Amino acid sequence: MVGIVIVSHSRNAAEGAREIAAQMAPEVSIAAAGGTADGRLGTDINSILKAIREVYTDDGVLIIFDLGSAYMNAEMAVEMLDEDMRKRVEISDAAMVEGAAIAAVNSGLSKPLSEIMKELKHCRISKMP
Amino acid sequence: MVVNGKKLIEILDRIADVIEENKLMLTELDAAIGDGDHGINMSRGFHAVREKLKDDDGSDIGIILKKAGMALVSNVGGAAGPLYGTAFLKAGAVVEGKQTVDVADLENMLKSALEGIKMRGHAEPKDKTMVDAAEEALNALNSSNAAGESPQQAIKAAVDAAYLGLENTKDMIARKGRASYLAERSIGHKDAGAASFALILKTIFDELYGQESS
Repeated sequence: MVGIVIVSHSRNAAEGAREIAAQMAPEVSIAAAGGTADGRLGTDINSILKAIREVYTDDGVLIIFDLGSAYMNAEMAVEMLDEDMRKRVEISDAAMVEGAAIAAVNSGLSKPLSEIMKELKHCRISKMP
Repeated sequence: MVVNGKKLIEILDRIADVIEENKLMLTELDAAIGDGDHGINMSRGFHAVREKLKDDDGSDIGIILKKAGMALVSNVGGAAGPLYGTAFLKAGAVVEGKQTVDVADLENMLKSALEGIKMRGHAEPKDKTMVDAAEEALNALNSSNAAGESPQQAIKAAVDAAYLGLENTKDMIARKGRASYLAERSIGHKDAGAASFALILKTIFDELYGQESS
């Protein structure tokens, strides 16, 4: 099953989105990477990397994020992965809460990452540059 | 102008102080049209740079800049982290293994840093971002170097151009970052990222040539 990482500026928002998604698909590995290391609002590349590694399998990982710099930090985190991990990680610009839930449900149905990306296209909100 | 690793670490150290002194100004600029954390984010980032370089022997300019970039990426929290982080990493990549840098290297570093910022943020000139300060600075440095002016004149020209670029952001409509949510209402405010960029460049000049001559 595809693992899911939720990247938010807020620890609470990331955890909340994780909870909502996990309720619909408890069997799926979902990690929340919210807030900075010192508990402020913001995103932290190290916690994103940790979250990716936590839910990673060869089925891949889908990253869902909230605003602006969350994307840049997610992108940098992906660039820092080893090549064979990197090619199995995708970032989606789906609305965070809806996207996390839809991704979790579809991952629970054992759909591959490419299929899940297609399922998410209805809730894309063009927040990637 | 020849800067060795030890001097570069001193400059970065001074940048941490200057950012700290200007924390409120940067935060206020950001609060007007963004999320209001640029001052504290930059302050945290450059203090982490200072910490990371504390025991560096200063032997490789490229390594110093890479360490600084990684400290910024890991500690800033806002958009400035990946943007300045990428800028320092890219600048470091063009001077890898060098023990000293001169004004021609500085031009290469700035060029590479700007490319990195544009790549990471997908911003272009006139988007009301740090690119508007950085692009003006690079062009001025390039013209001045090409005209055979002294390093001091060239870097001074770059600083002045960065501040001009910063002023110009005031009349622009933000097209990147949180400020873009405000669209036309972002007009009339200067961009915080362009302000920190100009401030960093000015600090480099002041450290090299003294504040009196700036």
